[in-house]
Amino acid sequence: MREFDYVRADSLDHAAAQAGPHAALIAGGTNLLDLMKLQVMVPERVIDISRLDGLDTIEADGPGLRIGAMVRNADLAADPRIRADYPVLARALLAGASGQIRNKASTGGNLLQRTRCPYFYDTAMACNKRAPGSGCAAEGGASRMLAILGTSKDCRAAHPSDMAVALRALEARVAIRAPNGTERILEMDQLYRLPGDRPDLETELDEGDIITAVLLPAPALGSSQSYRKIRDRASYAFALVSVAAVVTMQDDRIGKASLAFGGLAPRPWKDAQVDAMLAGQAPSEALFSKAADTLLAEAVSDAGNEFKRHLAHRAMIAVLREATGLAPASTGTDLVGEPA
Amino acid sequence: MSDSFTMNEAQPRLLDTTDQGLIGAPLDRPEGALKVSGQATYTAEYHPEGMCHGVLVRATITRGTVTGFDETAAAALPGYLGLFHGPEFLRNPAQGMAGKAPTQPGDRVAYHGQPIALVVAESFETARDAAARIVVHYDEQPGAPVDPETAPSEEPDDRTVQGDLDAAMRKGAATLDRAYTTPGHAAAAMEPHAALAEWEGDHLTLHGALQMIRYNKAELADAIGVKPEQVRVLAPYIGGGFGSKLGISAEHISAALAARALKRPVRVVMARQTVFDAILRRTETAQRLRLAAETDGKLTAIGHEDRISNLEGEGFAEPTAAATQFLYAAPNRLVRKTISRNHRTPSGSVRAPGEAVGMFALECGMDELAETLGICPVELRLRNIPEKHPETGQTFTAHALAQALREGAQAFGWDKRTEPGTRREGEWLIGMGVASAARTNMLIASSARVTLTRDGALVETDMTDIGTGSYAILGQIAGEMLGLPIDKVSVHLADSDLPGASGSGGSFGASSAGSAVFLAARKIRDELAKRLGCAPEDVRVDRGQVTGDNKKAALADLLVEPIAMEASIESGETAKTHFSSGFGAHFAEVAVSEITGEVRVRRILGVFGVGRVLNEKTARSQAVGGMIWGVGSALHEELSHDPRTGHIVGRDLANYHVPSHADIPAKMEVRFLEERDDHANPIQSKGIGELGISGAGAAVINAIHNATGLRVYDFPATPDKIVQGFMEHGR
Ligand SMILES: Cc1cc2nc3c(=O)[nH]c(=O)nc-3n(C[C@H](O)[C@H](O)[C@H](O)COP(=O)(O)OP(=O)(O)OC[C@H]3O[C@@H](n4cnc5c(N)ncnc54)[C@H](O)[C@@H]3O)c2cc1C
Repeated sequence: MREFDYVRADSLDHAAAQAGPHAALIAGGTNLLDLMKLQVMVPERVIDISRLDGLDTIEADGPGLRIGAMVRNADLAADPRIRADYPVLARALLAGASGQIRNKASTGGNLLQRTRCPYFYDTAMACNKRAPGSGCAAEGGASRMLAILGTSKDCRAAHPSDMAVALRALEARVAIRAPNGTERILEMDQLYRLPGDRPDLETELDEGDIITAVLLPAPALGSSQSYRKIRDRASYAFALVSVAAVVTMQDDRIGKASLAFGGLAPRPWKDAQVDAMLAGQAPSEALFSKAADTLLAEAVSDAGNEFKRHLAHRAMIAVLREATGLAPASTGTDLVGEPA
Repeated sequence: MSDSFTMNEAQPRLLDTTDQGLIGAPLDRPEGALKVSGQATYTAEYHPEGMCHGVLVRATITRGTVTGFDETAAAALPGYLGLFHGPEFLRNPAQGMAGKAPTQPGDRVAYHGQPIALVVAESFETARDAAARIVVHYDEQPGAPVDPETAPSEEPDDRTVQGDLDAAMRKGAATLDRAYTTPGHAAAAMEPHAALAEWEGDHLTLHGALQMIRYNKAELADAIGVKPEQVRVLAPYIGGGFGSKLGISAEHISAALAARALKRPVRVVMARQTVFDAILRRTETAQRLRLAAETDGKLTAIGHEDRISNLEGEGFAEPTAAATQFLYAAPNRLVRKTISRNHRTPSGSVRAPGEAVGMFALECGMDELAETLGICPVELRLRNIPEKHPETGQTFTAHALAQALREGAQAFGWDKRTEPGTRREGEWLIGMGVASAARTNMLIASSARVTLTRDGALVETDMTDIGTGSYAILGQIAGEMLGLPIDKVSVHLADSDLPGASGSGGSFGASSAGSAVFLAARKIRDELAKRLGCAPEDVRVDRGQVTGDNKKAALADLLVEPIAMEASIESGETAKTHFSSGFGAHFAEVAVSEITGEVRVRRILGVFGVGRVLNEKTARSQAVGGMIWGVGSALHEELSHDPRTGHIVGRDLANYHVPSHADIPAKMEVRFLEERDDHANPIQSKGIGELGISGAGAAVINAIHNATGLRVYDFPATPDKIVQGFMEHGR
């Protein structure tokens, strides 16, 4: 671990003023500290925003909600408004990490957690994200957890967050405060960059920018919401594939479907074409299958992560079946009752 | 150990007559409260005056020579104390019970991740940073084989050939010929490997996370070139070992060398990533199982061939077919091994080496053969239990397989098992599976001293407690023999100055060290008899009273002079005439998602014959732990290697999946059969922990088949493999 200066910010202005090319914000620290111990991240200054007033509340925002960046994942999942109106978010949160980590992890930190690509984590290996221009050891390496959509030849890392996938399906936006105190609001696809030839640049945040809140739109009334996460063990594992869905029916047809996917891409993945194919249609296996084919049409995989195509295809269809009433609602694989 | 007791014949069941209520009782572990309240001091938690910190530097090439170190950048850090390397450094940890230094490679690198130097600094953080700043120059020898499939291989000459396997396969009414693979495993002990070395003159005291003190002391002395008398090893608390702390490794040697040079205590704690890199793993295996049977299910042939891997020069070879050699009868037999010599982190003992992975093939193969034959898998096993050891002709000691299968089937509701793929609850397909459990039982030379005073008894041996319950059971044996309540017995362990015991490994610790304690206590009883004036066989020690031959005395009155006795035991004739193994049966019920291929274990039952149970609670915990590892190896655990460098990818417990709580059902039951193993040792007990894992995973895999109709041959059965199976069947 490198020596670093620790600054406890007493205001957002203070935090922004301390920013710099070699500084990092620390919120829950559950991701940053691990990476600092391994010297994957080596900030010279760590700016603690975890004790700032006003960042840890969930407030009404017109018909929607404004979730402060320091709201803990555990508190967010337990909030009655979230549970009632945005259940996909509560479920995604509870499918992530562990109880201990969720107690510490923040909303802003969760959005900006780094990839779990094992080559990013290993400083003896080439990684364009960690050390720009050094190459990508994941290419030709162990690829089980790597992305299959939105990748580039320079980086195949997947974004690991569950929460962000649910937020993407909910069409949440992110409030960002610039150092001069102005706030701008970004769609999630505007926040996250795709890797291209600069996988080290992950977001559109500039130096000194601070995420202050996540904004949820009005609840999708009458919607069916679900989050299905497929993983290698029942808990405490990152998604191989996850699907978040917010679907509203109009009579026997799909009024609106908003789907987002985890484990597949460098950011929580949404494909507008997929949503558009579903809207206005009568639900059917054939429709779902065609939509899943569309989702995966551009996928690039190798022998090690080819299976993600199949898992994504199956999971998406299962989620749509339930959300549209073709199959009874289930808890997915999160909870399995004890045998009778 | 010249006056050692040798296990030459069955021994009387003295512990069935002592009647003090301690033996077998589910007593708490005496150190339990210390552990959960942070008062049990582990190696990394000592802070002697002047201590400095070491961090290991790992090789980042797979094969070659270190030509130099550039420490300029590291040395610039305030608090940097130096870089240590040299001829005493180890290539890899010593294998279990080596008793001498492992390969000391000098400047040679044989695998990516090999510890090649130690950086020492005033603080752990500085040492870690400095280690990352050391620039290592190599003369790399590219092209090192890292894939066990294509690396050069050799065949050791201890194969078994009986009869004619090929002919029996041609004639069998039903046959099976299958290939199975298991990935490498990490021991994944909670406590990372750690050492603290302190020199006083030319005497070294080493605190280490170590399982086998007697051997470790010899290994350490040999490695650094001092006499064993100059070395003292201490390991009172160990946070799990699972085989990974059997022998000394880089942290011990490097701490000792640096402490000597710096004349200060040096602590070296491995980061989790280093544990994965540098500590022996379980090899991956590729296995071929062949079975042939008559229509009535009688096996006529068993062939089990396997390929494992290890580094050149390592003597250890995973005994994959260990259980196959004695579990079932068949006149035609073949057991053959190939060792692939590759440049991955070398392999060694991890949790039931052999059975833990070999029984996947054997027990999944038996399940498939049962289906082919149309015979119930429980029944097929019952029909093939041998009268004698099928290879050696030895008589079995207590053999509980048939009883465990029958009682387990009854208790589990096996008769409710349906045809494969026919039971469903929503998207979940439900099925049941069974597998036999077997794990060879051993007696390893052990000594112990028991001292009895008016205040109570003291048990002393260098036996370790790696979280298993040694402190508890050794105290119970002494208390039971000497008529003392448990709080009057104290137990001192894991100090190389104490009489040497087996250490913890191979599930033999409780029986081996326990027998030594038993014998020392028996000598004390003999002395008490003498002091009372009765024949040794007549003496009874009952709750503080000594009686015999119509005489009676308070124990305290006979102890004006304390009595201290040391005893040793070693295996003898019974190990030649008889074959001792723990046996049992595993039953599992699983639910498999038809959509995602995820598997949830819903119920699991293990029924075991393990001889005398010394403490019902610690025994149960051992069995439960084993069964959980079984679930893990069936569903989750898998070391992943980089195809180019061979190094382990994902070197932490977020990526290396052991079961989480949510993976383990609340309905997890363990039953012990009433059993005494008279030929195993004088306390009639057998090993437990590793029996719990042996076969457990196969029961889960067989349940997956019953649920889905699919067979998985490459473990673990992760969702992708099950979905692949569904897709091949158009589902
Ligand atoms: C073992 C383990 C398992 C896990 N499993 C899962 C899982 O299954 N699913 C899942 O989704 N997650 C999982 N996680 C990740 C976990 O959710 C994240 O670590 C956590 O959400 C990060 O939040 P934090 O507040 O601790 O972030 P920090 O570590 O404090 O920060 C993370 C990053 O965000 C930046 N940052 C933080 N707050 C702000 C802000 N307001 N504005 C701008 N930048 C900011 C920091 O500078 C840093 O770069 C796991 C983590 C661990 C350790």
